[in-house]
Amino acid sequence: MSQVASTASVPARRSAISGDAIFAAVAVAAGVFVLVLLGAIIISLFIGGLPSFRAFGLGFLTSTDWDPVQHIYGAAVPIYGTVVTSILALLMAVPLAFGVAFYLTELAPAWLRRPIGTAVELLAAVPSIIYGMWGFFVIAPFMATYIEPNVIDTLDGIPVLQDLFAGPPFGTGLFTAALILAVMVLPFIAATMRDVFMTVPPVYKESAYGVGCTTWEVMRSIVVPYTRTSVVGGIMLGLGRALGETMAVTFVIGNTNRITGNLFGSGNTIASLVALEFGESENGSLKLSSLLALGFILFVISFIVLAISRLLLRPRAVRA
Amino acid sequence: MKRQSPALALTALALVLTASLAARAAQAQQQITGAGATFPAPVYSAWGEAAKAAIGVELNYQAIGSGGGQNQILNRTVDFGASDAPMAPDKLESGKLLQFPTVMGAVVPIVNIPGVKPGELKLTGEILADIYLGKITKWNDPKLVEMNRDMKLPSTAIAPVYRADGSGTTFVFTSYLSAVAPDWRQAVGANTSVKWVVGNGSKGNDGVAATVHQVRGGVGYVEYAYAAKNGLTTTQLRDHDGMFVAPTPETFAAAAGNADWASAKDYAVSIVDQPGKDSWPIVSATFIELPKDPKDPARGAAVMKFFDWAYKDGAPMATKLEYIPLPTAVQDAVRGNWRSEIKGPDGAALYK
Repeated sequence: MSQVASTASVPARRSAISGDAIFAAVAVAAGVFVLVLLGAIIISLFIGGLPSFRAFGLGFLTSTDWDPVQHIYGAAVPIYGTVVTSILALLMAVPLAFGVAFYLTELAPAWLRRPIGTAVELLAAVPSIIYGMWGFFVIAPFMATYIEPNVIDTLDGIPVLQDLFAGPPFGTGLFTAALILAVMVLPFIAATMRDVFMTVPPVYKESAYGVGCTTWEVMRSIVVPYTRTSVVGGIMLGLGRALGETMAVTFVIGNTNRITGNLFGSGNTIASLVALEFGESENGSLKLSSLLALGFILFVISFIVLAISRLLLRPRAVRA
Repeated sequence: MKRQSPALALTALALVLTASLAARAAQAQQQITGAGATFPAPVYSAWGEAAKAAIGVELNYQAIGSGGGQNQILNRTVDFGASDAPMAPDKLESGKLLQFPTVMGAVVPIVNIPGVKPGELKLTGEILADIYLGKITKWNDPKLVEMNRDMKLPSTAIAPVYRADGSGTTFVFTSYLSAVAPDWRQAVGANTSVKWVVGNGSKGNDGVAATVHQVRGGVGYVEYAYAAKNGLTTTQLRDHDGMFVAPTPETFAAAAGNADWASAKDYAVSIVDQPGKDSWPIVSATFIELPKDPKDPARGAAVMKFFDWAYKDGAPMATKLEYIPLPTAVQDAVRGNWRSEIKGPDGAALYK
């Protein structure tokens, strides 16, 4: 096959060069196109949000008002909701993902690794609207009837905790949203962790076992230190996903533009607020501009998170 | 090559046939596009389905929200816009748009109190406002007990639920609260979405209904069509004259009939809290915005043909879907506006 190709290319060398040039140009154009597209989105979001930035200044970031009647808009509530739900989701998902990855790479019998690995990856394939409906119709009533009243009663009287877990047990709220998000980001983090755990050279682990380490000691002293930055990169990837999630969160977060300070209370995220309010925003209105400004802020936050994850996930060879 | 020719000929023939059929279908069906309000979407799609056969107008309606509909018609990307809240007069003016109502609908409060049956609980607008302002927090509040002496109300906490997405339903509900409760008008006001003081938001009528259903002590508001179809626990409300009325098609029609359409500019009449016997206090019309200088006169004419037909023959369909048809006098007034204001490029009226 390769022989045929090489003999064919010899007489047509000149045209092959021009073909190469065309191909290179197309490839460069495709690459540049993505950059231009990304830049154009950022710029158009910023220009769209400019009237709002002008009207409210830096106060837009810290104001908790969202009053479509008086045309006063602030981004603090959705930013708070976005950050709190995402971080809470990571707090729940990371230990679980670590367990999954650890089990799959070290403990699971070989025949079980593939089915469990596939099942975890399939979690990522479930459309987010399904998570939203499941959260709203199954998890939220369950939280409202069993979890939240009991937790509120149990923690009553304990400082800090009683304030953190308070409020009417609606079932929806920041905590439930974080729970759903945790399930949604789990496959991303678990898959990354499993893949980087596999990159640990077997000789390191075998040496550790050889000097009498337990499985846990091998994990803690060999695997985790070896893969630390990549693991953090994987977590950041999950964080990026959690920040931008819209539909599932909208169903279960309670959609209130207030900061309650407790975790069972409801809130709002940037993506969810934009999705809910967009249909009723007129062209040229301050509301539309504020929504675009929120989009810009979300873009910046996600960009920072993804940039950090890229930085940490760089191939090891570069660092070494 | 020779063997293939019969097959080729057949294919060609089939192609020609389909092409001509498609052309004929396109000739017979005048397509019109509209976008906007979600509230009347079910009746518009029912009308659209029936109009295809009846008058050969094919409606493609996208329920993207009133604000979106207004944007689209201002940009002229659709043939008509639809909006639950009337459009601002200066915007209608600058956008060269004619606004007219199509149908009316009612909004009803729904509750979830153990032991309370549909249509049993008596509420007033002031009490609803106090609930949504966080001033009344228990179902056995003295104000509620006084009004419902024949019932035993539990001490359950009230969990107010509202529409989280911007919606015409919220506009109507908050307009009502603003009309009857000065506190509400000052603190919150009326709009498609407002700054809620207490409670939780859910997406859509179905979201509000499901949340109220799930949370003990819940109270919310939905379109009547939605409450009727799903057998939700509705309440009575006190009307403008101080009498308690139940949400029924008769009380809605009474409110619609008592409205003062004649003196309202662009038909932007507020029908909430209408005086008159047995008027359900939360009723509102939904509107269409139509360009006075349609880009394509044939499509502009088809839009009017469609709504003319809907006024004439669409009422039973609207009633079946729990909407309230427009009073005949208003329909005739709208037809008059079509005749005098919608002009083709040659200056002739497009509505005949």
